[in-house]
Amino acid sequence: MRKLTAEDIEYIAMGAAILGAGGGGDPYIGKLMAQQAIKEHGDVELLSAEELPDEALIIPSAMMGAPAVMVEKLPNGGEPAAAFQSLERYLGKKASAVLPIEAGGINSCIPIYTAATLRLPLVDADGMGRAFPELPMVTFSVAGIPASPMMVCDEKGNKLLLETVDNPWSETLARTATVAMGLSSMISLYCMNGAQLKKYAIKGTISLAKEIGRRIIESSKSNVSPIESIIEATKGYRLFEGKITDVRRDLTSGFIRGKVVIEGTGADKGSAFAMDFQNENLVGYRDGTPVAITPDLITVIDAEKGFPITTEGLRYGQRAVVIGMPCDPFWRTEAGLKQVGPRYFKYDLDYVPIENLASGAAK
Amino acid sequence: MNYRIGIDVGGTNTDAVILDEGNAVIAKCKEATTKDVSSGIKNAVERVLADSGIAPEAVTDAMLGTTHATNAIVERKGLSKVGLIRVSAPSGYGIPPYADWPDDIVAVLGGSYVIVKGGYEYNGVPITGTDEKEITEALMKLKGEGIEALAVSGAFSPVNSDQEILVQKKAAEIFGPDFPVTLSNEIGSIGLLERENAAILNAAIRKLAEAAYGSFQNVLKDHGINADLFITQNDGTLMSIEYAKQYPVLTIASGPTNSLRGAAYLSGLKDAIVIDVGGTTTDVGVLSGGFPRESSAAAELGGVRTNFRMPDLLAIGLGGGSIVSLDKEPPRVGPESVGYRIHGEALVFGGKTTTATDIAVAAGMASLGDTAKISGIDGKKALAAAEVMKTMVEEIIDKMKTVSGEMPVVAVGGGSILLPNKLAGASQVMKPDHFEVANAIGAAISQISGSIDGVFDVAGRGRDAVVQEVKELAKAEAVKAGADERTVEIVELDEIPLAYLPSNAVRFRVKAVGDLAR
Repeated sequence: MRKLTAEDIEYIAMGAAILGAGGGGDPYIGKLMAQQAIKEHGDVELLSAEELPDEALIIPSAMMGAPAVMVEKLPNGGEPAAAFQSLERYLGKKASAVLPIEAGGINSCIPIYTAATLRLPLVDADGMGRAFPELPMVTFSVAGIPASPMMVCDEKGNKLLLETVDNPWSETLARTATVAMGLSSMISLYCMNGAQLKKYAIKGTISLAKEIGRRIIESSKSNVSPIESIIEATKGYRLFEGKITDVRRDLTSGFIRGKVVIEGTGADKGSAFAMDFQNENLVGYRDGTPVAITPDLITVIDAEKGFPITTEGLRYGQRAVVIGMPCDPFWRTEAGLKQVGPRYFKYDLDYVPIENLASGAAK
Repeated sequence: MNYRIGIDVGGTNTDAVILDEGNAVIAKCKEATTKDVSSGIKNAVERVLADSGIAPEAVTDAMLGTTHATNAIVERKGLSKVGLIRVSAPSGYGIPPYADWPDDIVAVLGGSYVIVKGGYEYNGVPITGTDEKEITEALMKLKGEGIEALAVSGAFSPVNSDQEILVQKKAAEIFGPDFPVTLSNEIGSIGLLERENAAILNAAIRKLAEAAYGSFQNVLKDHGINADLFITQNDGTLMSIEYAKQYPVLTIASGPTNSLRGAAYLSGLKDAIVIDVGGTTTDVGVLSGGFPRESSAAAELGGVRTNFRMPDLLAIGLGGGSIVSLDKEPPRVGPESVGYRIHGEALVFGGKTTTATDIAVAAGMASLGDTAKISGIDGKKALAAAEVMKTMVEEIIDKMKTVSGEMPVVAVGGGSILLPNKLAGASQVMKPDHFEVANAIGAAISQISGSIDGVFDVAGRGRDAVVQEVKELAKAEAVKAGADERTVEIVELDEIPLAYLPSNAVRFRVKAVGDLAR
């Protein structure tokens, strides 16, 4: 049995920002909540999917809405448990564990908070292996598990139960409710049993986030670059190193679309790297040729501090290293790519795994 | 003729300048900073007044740059016991106050707080109403705990400050009208925890600041100066001394800001890289539109996270006192330094240590001290060491540059003789007159600002109408703070769409700046 301590949360939050691939929101608020809850209720037990019985009920926990609002209107703290326990009541069964649905960004930490307050174990897995912007972009949805029954809860005590005809409707209605609730809410959805969890979840992602974060924080303590160490932990690739020379953003239907240009330095001198993002980083091009394509993960890291930079934090003049990491094989299936591949994001581009694109590049 | 006096209290020196109405430098001086701060100020004021030959009554404005009050936070000295009221319930219980603070400072401040009903949504609509009785009870509880100052925070209070003001009124009833109360909306921007932290820190240093600024007032009064008094803040603009006594935390990092602003004035450039070479380190900052470019990272003060925006600075261990090892290949410069002992230790001043200053003289870049004392330095090695120094500076210029082409470079600070007249990445290297007192000049020429930070819905009225509105709001704030309406302009407009929502909510951060109204 493994335990998550308050110190582990520090690591997970840092690693989750790497797995956020530029998005997912700053984990800071989630980190503080989780650490606070652990101080109050004790360490959280971390279980692998295999440790849970096939018939066990597993309920995910997450926040929805704008992380930028949550830094001001802090949660009440009761919402995640309200959402979780309402579904238990609705289904007439006690859940055996809390499941993260998004390993990247703030949603890495919210389920730890939920697990600590409910004194339930946390499953070392999630439904994305990274961050994505929409509810149906989880392995569970692609596998046919319905998002509903779904709970949307706010800090005032409002609790909304959704039963929808399909997962896109869950997304639409939950998001509309979240706007009305003041731009942020806590949700529970995609209830499943242990057998489904074992079959469809992306496993070991919380441990992975913790390991990445630990490497970054240890490196920064001893003043060495964590880049090689992150690449080793994620089986990733160093895509580019340079200075950001242009950042453009525009707001398209609630999502920040943009493009960043990085001029090469060191080994990459003379080359240019361009990257498109829409909340998360989507496609990276080296001198015009794609070198990493969604759903593979692309993360920009501050070259000096070794900390990840979100798409909101990108700015002119930053020294950056871009790394690419392979996504879970689930996303590389036809059904997976239909949901999160380049064509879903309106690119006239076929997905090619990063291993193939980066062949020849130093690993 | 009216004059203004600018004073900057640094870690080593207290600099003072007197400027005339046209901002020409009439007199300048450098005195040692004293432990009590005020004697150093007194010495500087006396000398600069004497040098200028003007009558004290002719000084109409006095500007002081000092981080004295904020240093107390770092040292945990002289801080008051603080109580906090957070107006946010039912939101906010998820993360209590002081959640991410170092234990030692919480112990000093007492850590007292109460969360009460209230707070606003992003659009200024109340989350729930407030309960005056609950607020009164909360204040009574804090009074019972013996607090010496009160801080008030509220969810989205930068968007709507009514509830924080309500608590302030109730506090005046319970603690009396003179009890120090800090409202978070007056200090910080969006980000409740960081703003609340800043409010708590501010409350903790109010008493101390009142004494420090009071002694500054007395020094001037004692010398017959009956001027309007201002304190420079973080962003390079001024606060009246009365306002500064209420919000002293706003002075953090005003030192480097003043130096950058002084460089802008002395060079006449609005967009440039500023290199401030001191005795031990070189700070490099960027002027953008005449103001320091701000860092995007959250600023920590004494281990406490705040959301102040600090000037984006990079420092390297190169200064006039940097110790040079010529026997290495290539020669090694710094980061060790003889620091303020340069006048006894450098070769040209009769000492025994080869310093960067000696290299500058040996390489023919500067002439000072006794050049005979450096005759032992091999000419080729001196040039090689000068080349190392040049490369160090060029690397940092490249890191800080905001355009891919060349940018002008302004060199200030006593150690700027180390810099050659040509640097890679620099379209020119300017060493303006009075460079050594750029920080005091920066204080003297400071302007008045006003700012707005909030989340606005752009769907109904359209973006342009909202942009117009936030600009007007920021300008009105500047005028309220004492700026001359005719000179107020917008210097910063950040537009940050909120991610993950289709509601067209956009966060605007706007700053307006104008000259001091006469």
